[in-house]
Amino acid sequence: MNHRLATFLGIAALLALIVVILLAPAPAAAQAQKAAPKAAASTKPWTAPRTPDGQPDLQGYWTNNSYTPLERPNGVTKDFYTPAELEEANKKAAEREEEQTAPGTVADVHYDFTQFGLDRSQTRLTGNLRTSVIVEPANGKLPPVTSEGQKRAADRAAERKKQGAQYDQVQNIPLGSRCVYSNAGPPMLPPGYNPAYEILQSKDTVTILIEMLHEARVIPLDGRPHAPEGYRSWLGDSRGHWEGDTLVVETTNFNDKAAFRGASENMKVIERFTRVSDDAIRYEFTVHDPSTWEIPWKGEMPFVKINGPVFEHACHEGNYGVANTLKAVRMEEKKAAEDAAKKAGSK
Amino acid sequence: MRTRCVSSIIVAAGLFLGIITVFGQAARAPAQTPAQAPAYRAPRTKDGKPNLSGVWQGVNEAYWDIEAHSAAPGPFWQLGAAYSVAPGVGIVEGGKIPYKPEALEKKKQNFANRMSLDPETKCYLPGVPRAMYMPYPFQIVQSTKQIMMVFEFAGALRTIYMADQTEAPADSWMGWSNGRWEGETLVIDTTGFNDLSWFDRAGNFHSDALHVVERLTAIDADHLNYEATIEDPNVFTRPWKISMPLYRRIEKNAQILEYKCVEFAEDLIYGQLRKVPLK
Repeated sequence: MNHRLATFLGIAALLALIVVILLAPAPAAAQAQKAAPKAAASTKPWTAPRTPDGQPDLQGYWTNNSYTPLERPNGVTKDFYTPAELEEANKKAAEREEEQTAPGTVADVHYDFTQFGLDRSQTRLTGNLRTSVIVEPANGKLPPVTSEGQKRAADRAAERKKQGAQYDQVQNIPLGSRCVYSNAGPPMLPPGYNPAYEILQSKDTVTILIEMLHEARVIPLDGRPHAPEGYRSWLGDSRGHWEGDTLVVETTNFNDKAAFRGASENMKVIERFTRVSDDAIRYEFTVHDPSTWEIPWKGEMPFVKINGPVFEHACHEGNYGVANTLKAVRMEEKKAAEDAAKKAGSK
Repeated sequence: MRTRCVSSIIVAAGLFLGIITVFGQAARAPAQTPAQAPAYRAPRTKDGKPNLSGVWQGVNEAYWDIEAHSAAPGPFWQLGAAYSVAPGVGIVEGGKIPYKPEALEKKKQNFANRMSLDPETKCYLPGVPRAMYMPYPFQIVQSTKQIMMVFEFAGALRTIYMADQTEAPADSWMGWSNGRWEGETLVIDTTGFNDLSWFDRAGNFHSDALHVVERLTAIDADHLNYEATIEDPNVFTRPWKISMPLYRRIEKNAQILEYKCVEFAEDLIYGQLRKVPLK
């Protein structure tokens, strides 16, 4: 069964790779230092198909799979790569990602990211020419952190330190390894693997199925207010409405544990989904959290079509990694204690 | 994987036995399912299908035990009456699950060791049909080619393929569901299960040969009739049925909230691996 799935996914990935279409608008030299244009002026306006309820149809299987970093790398001064530069940047990023233990060494472990589908090569890349996801501030970097934000970051670090070392207890292990929280957001940034999404629409909801950790964001469109402040969650509480052909989603009610890039639980994220072609959705988001950043900041990236279906990612249920890591560390501690006792005894 | 032919014969035989059972035990059938109401015509979606969208919840005690059971103390005396077992008449038509003898032994073992074996305690995906009557709401999101069920508990999900149907590409906790409309009724055929989920907290279980056929029919604006035929020749002597109503959560602000329980189960699963182990 697993082989069949692997073959199936392999074929899907190959098909996806064959249909490589570059999405982001070609940069004009004069615009290089300014915020990017929404769409190249020469592009014909796309009329989004409609659902039976008459709403713009965003339904289907999508991915935001890319190596585009959230913040523009140091030394890169332009908004967009050329296709050749993107290819080069992706190649370098892929090499970094695939770099594992050195073959033939004692530390060598057979853990091939490509083989286990834990790298970005399994799914079509979006072909985003942007040098960073962040488009505002114009330098592609997160805005300055407020003094309150800095204090919170220091407090959180101190709290973590009090909990002990990373492998003293499961709670100290990063959230992603524990299958608790990933990049599902919002904002929905590309995860390292499992970058598949499905959008399903009915008259008064848009549902976004996120492959990673089998999350579903059911977004009401009926104008209801947000859940009361007492309700807090990892993915927040989302409300949507249509502005022309754009789905606008406002999300609040985050918990203080997700701490997205140091954000507080008062973070508010506005997302805008616009179908710009048969093959792509333009995804824009703005992060508002005045207690963390001096100004709001904005990101943009495409979601592009992939073949479905999205399979169940039972991450926690199959999480042998956490138990095995903790076991290994306990064994090492035991051995170290025994060695120390021997040494003391032989003196 | 069994051939379709064998499956159909088993289903046919099972249905026949089922009919006899129903007639023979009509007087003892659980009283939970409302009597067949006069045909109700559900509101339609724009594409003309019965609209079952909404937030729903089973309201019964089957999550403790799908068979009839008495009130009982909970597993930890510290929790007192707050977490003791609520009595229930059960949702199994005919009253008893037709276990094979060796499977009944395993069920008893499961029950005896339920606090360490029940996947619910570990925040594992609940499987089907268990997800449908846990004490949490779920939402039906209805589109044309697919219908999705989004459950509060563990963020469980089911995608029901109404078009582009395939066989399960691999086994999973929530199974692989293909659906069709039979008049007012949504019929969901689910296979491709692993053998790890349970039916309730009492240790009722299945193998990876589980095949569930569910029928959801609106009986008025705020209630669905839910029936499921459960077939698993490795565990049961014949197919059997459960049935219950599903209630619409009619609160204006009803929504599926996030109930990520992984964190709550981590000390149960990994606590003995702490540097200072939990006792």
